[in-house]
Amino acid sequence: MQREVEIILMRQLASYLAMPIFIVDPEGNLLFYNEPAEALLGCRFEETGELPAAHWANLFTPTDSEGAPLAPDDLPLVVALRTRHPAHRDFWIVGLDGKRRHLKLTAFPLVGQAGRFLGAVSFFWEGDTR
Amino acid sequence: MRVKLWGTRGSLPTPGPDTSRFGGNTSCVEVRADDNSVLVLDAGTGIRNLGRTIPGTTSRVDVLISHLHMDHIQGMGFFAPFYVPGLEVHIWGPASPLETLRARLGRYMSPPLFPVRLRDLPCNLTVHEVPSGSMRIGPFEVETTLVCHPGPTVGYRITEGNRSLAYLPDHEPALGVRGPLLGNGWTSGQTLATDVDLLIHDAQYTDAQYDDRVGWGHTTFSRAVEFAELARARRLVLFHHDPDHDDATLASLVSTLVKNERPAMPVTAGFEGEVFDL
Repeated sequence: MQREVEIILMRQLASYLAMPIFIVDPEGNLLFYNEPAEALLGCRFEETGELPAAHWANLFTPTDSEGAPLAPDDLPLVVALRTRHPAHRDFWIVGLDGKRRHLKLTAFPLVGQAGRFLGAVSFFWEGDTR
Repeated sequence: MRVKLWGTRGSLPTPGPDTSRFGGNTSCVEVRADDNSVLVLDAGTGIRNLGRTIPGTTSRVDVLISHLHMDHIQGMGFFAPFYVPGLEVHIWGPASPLETLRARLGRYMSPPLFPVRLRDLPCNLTVHEVPSGSMRIGPFEVETTLVCHPGPTVGYRITEGNRSLAYLPDHEPALGVRGPLLGNGWTSGQTLATDVDLLIHDAQYTDAQYDDRVGWGHTTFSRAVEFAELARARRLVLFHHDPDHDDATLASLVSTLVKNERPAMPVTAGFEGEVFDL
């Protein structure tokens, strides 16, 4: 299956950047994650390849600042896919090293030439660890 | 299906004795079906000579533009069929996010760059925009996909019966790729070129040239071969020759390429007037 050129270029950009990045298709399937994102997911892209939406969302459990689980619909990547608008929020995960991590995530939809909806991209920043 | 190269040069027309073997006209390729239907790929300066061979009895001509860089549209105003009253002419090409294809073409086909406006051409002109997808033009099945090159750019795959051609004259599939080209559809243009009988592909730069021109939208000789092998093309014609590569240089580069890379398919540098019967 041929990837759209905008998605290909997004992957190539992501592979050069030092912040964790996820790229998903319009159905939420994880098409690519870069090396910094591998540290969050705990697995290498070369080993997993693409991941269905239902699978990758369960790899870590996001919570709010009080530790209450977040519904998938509250996650920025899902919001960006659903509304086709950018979304941002803070959340917390327990990392593979057992530490609780504060993450800031910005997601935005990808709209290509001729208005083609191609999916969404999310960028992660690590906040205070507590 | 018969394919004829009318312009093989990239970037800038390069006439003169040093380029007479491979040619100095910019991108233009004729594709002729068994029933004599004609597709014209790009409107570089090579289109002028092509236009003079199209008989007055022709009822329809289709011009497929890959993108609107000047070397791909510069010959448009000198294409004889445009000036045949009532002749059905269709131009196909990519739009931009902000302007229609007709408006963008009109920027060149209007004063002060050109004296004749697009709307003043006496032919019966229709302009079509081609996002990704398939379409049928006469006996041809035409597939288009946006490909990696600065600005909206499409590649074409043209099929008649069981014969196929892929045309990717300006293409940088290796942009940002540090190792081998990626499979599984992760390389720009791959599906268009998969299993084609003839692949006409950008090969403007040597490896040394490319180091200073990453992101300019073109390919090296060796990456063109790698792309053709990834797509399992049956024949590769190198295209969009660099204006600085005269005949002797180009012949030497291709000879070295074939010797070193040992491509899985025949690889040659396209030359003006070359014909392929598929």
